[in-house]
Formats: sequence, structure tokens, C-alpha cells
Amino acid sequence: MRFFPLIWANLTRHKRRTILTTASVALALFLFASLRSVVTTLDAGARVGSESRMIVQSAKAIVFFLPMSYKERLAAVPGVAAVTWADWFGGVYQDPKNFFASFAADAESYLEMYRSDLELPADQRATFLRERTACIVGQHLLDKFGWRLGQDITLRGTIFEGDWTFTIRGVYRAVDPAFSEDALVFHYSLIYERYPQWVNPGWYVLQLRDPSHASQVAAAVDSMFKNSADPTKTGTERAFNAGFVTMWGNVSFLMNSIGMAVVFAILLVAANSMMLSARERTNEVGILKTVGFTDRLLFGLVMAEASIIALGGAVLGLGAAKALYRPSGFSAMGFLPGFDVTLGTLALGCGIAVLLALASGLVPALSAARLSAVQALRHVE
Amino acid sequence: MPLVELRSLAKSFQRDSESIVIFDGLDLEFAEGSFTALMGPSGSGKSTLLNLVAGLDRPTSGTVTVAGAEVSAMNPTELAGWRARHVGFVFQSYNLLPVLTAYQNIELPLLLTRLSKAERHEHVLTALGVVALTDRAEHFPRQLSGGQEQRVAIARALVSDPTIILLDEPTGQLDAKSAAEILALLQRLNKEFHKTILMVTHDPHAAQAASAVLHLDKGVLTP
Repeated sequence: MRFFPLIWANLTRHKRRTILTTASVALALFLFASLRSVVTTLDAGARVGSESRMIVQSAKAIVFFLPMSYKERLAAVPGVAAVTWADWFGGVYQDPKNFFASFAADAESYLEMYRSDLELPADQRATFLRERTACIVGQHLLDKFGWRLGQDITLRGTIFEGDWTFTIRGVYRAVDPAFSEDALVFHYSLIYERYPQWVNPGWYVLQLRDPSHASQVAAAVDSMFKNSADPTKTGTERAFNAGFVTMWGNVSFLMNSIGMAVVFAILLVAANSMMLSARERTNEVGILKTVGFTDRLLFGLVMAEASIIALGGAVLGLGAAKALYRPSGFSAMGFLPGFDVTLGTLALGCGIAVLLALASGLVPALSAARLSAVQALRHVE
Repeated sequence: MPLVELRSLAKSFQRDSESIVIFDGLDLEFAEGSFTALMGPSGSGKSTLLNLVAGLDRPTSGTVTVAGAEVSAMNPTELAGWRARHVGFVFQSYNLLPVLTAYQNIELPLLLTRLSKAERHEHVLTALGVVALTDRAEHFPRQLSGGQEQRVAIARALVSDPTIILLDEPTGQLDAKSAAEILALLQRLNKEFHKTILMVTHDPHAAQAASAVLHLDKGVLTP
């Protein structure tokens, strides 16, 4: 501690430079935490979903409907306990930028299927099931738009054209934070009434009696429709969600490569600034050596300066990311539910800060230690 | 027994393929409590001699002994510790750390001791009193005149009560009035506090303040 005033005096020698360098480190680590959190949230999303539920979708692509007649045939497959279905609605609220997940679902069977994942008060559930134009929304979505229970909201359909007015009759909470609270669910019958000629289920959800029979059920379902006009692709719900993440694959790659390159570049600039600051004081190294400072002590002092900047930046950058995202409920319009900076990301960020301290401090610290007092003094004179 | 003994001292530098000999078999000693001025033209080896006595540089051969300790045989860590206890060094260009106050600059050598904060405070105030700068303790070097900066440098050199004070052209950058004050201070340190002082200077007037003057030319000493 007796050397802290000396370390602090050196750090505050060029206040603006120290502040900018620390801010660069903070920004780099904030970006790192943000980009990595996208990847970890996507990974967490891939793990959401039950192994005891299966999704049946069109083998051609998710955008193709499946016939309603499949419902009874799926229910009859050995090992299937229950069936529900849903459609991607894709509506926007007031403005195209207010886009979030919205589904048309067979309400009763859908809520039954997801009873363990969604917390919905019994009275709200009953009202929702009773009213044809009712909908339920996630708590986060309700908070985001300042809606209230009982309010009428109008969405503009992007797939099913026209204005669609729903009454909010229920607000659900997700049991697992990775399960989106940014979705709106309404009655499938409503779109069927308006588009009876062509609307059909977008996907079916099967509840299995025994999750260990998932592969047999999937094989049975897909072989049943193999030679039909609408062949199916069946997999566990978890695999289905993971499939969405795979669609994000290139985004993850961008996050991990280009994003990290940007972070690395910022860190290099910060490291260079820190090294420059140490190099400027070569003469002072000579003075301190003349006074009696040992090589080891000078090495420690330079490393301490680098560590304070790197770790100070880490505390600011990682702390800001941790403090900002979770409390603000950031979820990238519902596509990254439960977005949060994990402890693993924080630990990795701290590891990067330690590496930065080493990378930026080691060279000037070693040269300060190795330089003879006479050489260092000559640098000045 | 002399305080400083240089025996068969040789020092040469290699510049490209050329070997430049500074000293070749120099013998010299300084008594405890002496105040010696070392004069000579540029390149005569005055500063090199000072650096060798301070353990900042190593002889090519021969020995440097200060207060019974063979400085030339110490490793860098031992030398640093030895310097902190036994040597006070004053430079021509003051060489104060610009980010530290006068008080903090003077305290630097004491940070290497086991003294408590209160003890360090007492020592620094004493040193500031000796150089008559108690009222400038919290000033930064840029807020001081050249003479005041050099007095702070002298206070830093004597705060740990070293065995010997070495000065390299201490009045070289000062006006006549400030130089006279510094020389008077050095005489006082020598006479009142019995400090052993070795001063390198170009200035014959400054050399007159010393009790002995040596001339160094091409590595050879003459009285």
C-alpha cells in the first residue's frame, strides 16, 4: 500500500489518456459480454423445450401447412398422449418495428400441453378460453408496451393480412427464464374464420407417454405420411428449438469471429496506449533505480498500473453489461428470451482483462526491470 | 581507514568495434567526512567515476569499496538495497518525479525502508527543514524554481541519512544566486552534519566550496 500513491500518481499523469484507455477496455469488454451473451442465450434457448414433447412439421419447410386431418391420425400413434397445434401469425403492433412472436393456437389443448411451462392464473385462463377474440401475452411483452389486462390491442397481420383486434385476458409468466415472455397467443379459430380456404396447422405438438420412445414415435409419424402430399418431419421440441438456433448459426459465427476481432482490435489499441505510457517514463525508471528501487519492485509497479487499467475497465464494461441487460428485460424483441450475461461470460471477460494486463504490462515492466540505471538516465540526458 | 576506496580501477566502453578506455588502473580514496570536488573536461570520466562509486555502473576490472562493502562485487538486487541505505545521488537536471509533490519525492527512498508512515513523515519534515523548503512540501516540481527543485533533490538524497552524497554538476543549471545557495547548503551538510560529499563540477567557483579538489583528465587524476 505504501507504493499506491506512486502508482496512482503515474496513472493520473495523463488523466485523459488513462480515462480513454480504461474506457476502451470497458467498451471492448462490454461488447465482448454482449456478443457472447447472444451466443449463450441462443444456446440456452436450444435447451428449452421438453424431451417429452415432439414437434411435427412439414418436411418441405416450416412455412408449409399440414392438413387438419393429421390431428386424429397423430393422436392414434402409439405412445402419443395428447396433440395440439399452432400457427405462426407474425403480426406487428402499430409499427413494423414492434414485431414479436405471435401464435394462433388451439387454445385449450395448447395451454394443457404447456401447463408446466407457463404460469397463468386460473380465472384468466378460463376467461381466455371462453372469449373468441381473447389473447394471452407474456408479462414482459405487457410491460414493454404498457398494456393492461382487459385492453383491446390491434395487430396488423403480415402473413394473415388485415387488422386483428384482441382483448388481453391473460398474462403468463415463464417458469424457465429462457422461455419467452414476449409472445402473444390467441385462438386458432379466429384465423380459420377469416381464411377457411387455406389456413391449416403450421405444426403439431405431441405429448409423449414416455420420452424414451421419442425415436419410435418420430419414425412412426414420418413413415405414416411419407407418401402423402404433405410428408412430415418429426423431432423432439428441444431439437426443434435447437433447429431455430441452427438458423442463427451464421449470426453466431459473426458474433464469435468478426465481433471478437473488433474487441481484439480495441484491446490492442488500449494495450499500445498502456505500453506507450510506460515507455515515456524510461528516465524515471533510472531515477528510481538510483534511489534504490529494485528491478523486481519496478516490475511490480508497472504491472500494477497495467492491472488497474485493465481490471478497472473490466469492472466497468462487464458490470455495465450485467447491470443493463437483465434488469431492463432486454430480449431482442423476444427472440432472445432470458438474455443475460452469465457468470461464465463474466469469468471469461475477467480472464481477458488479466491477459490484457499481462500483454500490455509485461513488455514495459520487463524492460523497466532489465534496463540499467545509467542507460535509463541517458535516455533523458 | 578511508570511506571510499577505488583500487586498480579500469573501465572501458565498446563503441562499435572500438574500445574506449576511461580508466586504466585508477587508485583513489576519500576519507569519511570529506567534501571533494572532481573537475575535468567533458569526456574525462567524471560522471563515470561517480556512477561507479554509486554502484550504478560496473568496473571492467578493479574494486570499489564503500564503508567496507565491496560495491563492485554485488549483484543488482544487493546493489539496489545498498544504494537505498548508503547513497544519496543528486543530478544536474534535478530529476524529480513530476507527478509527485516535493514531499512525495523526498519520501521515495524511505518507501524502501521499514519505517512507519509517521516515522517517514518525521524524516521528510526534517529534510525539508534542512533545505529550508518546509512551506513548499505540497508543491509539484513545476511549481518550484530551479534552485528549489535542486534543494528538494538534495533533501531526497539526504533523507535516508546516507553514508555518502554524490552530486553530478549540481549547480550546472542554476543562476549564480541559486548556485551559491546550493553550495552553502552542501558546505553546511558537510560541516554541521559531517556528510561525506563527492561533487562533480565544471565550475571552478563551485569547486571552491569543497575542501579538496581533484582534476581528472583522460582517466588520470591530479590534485
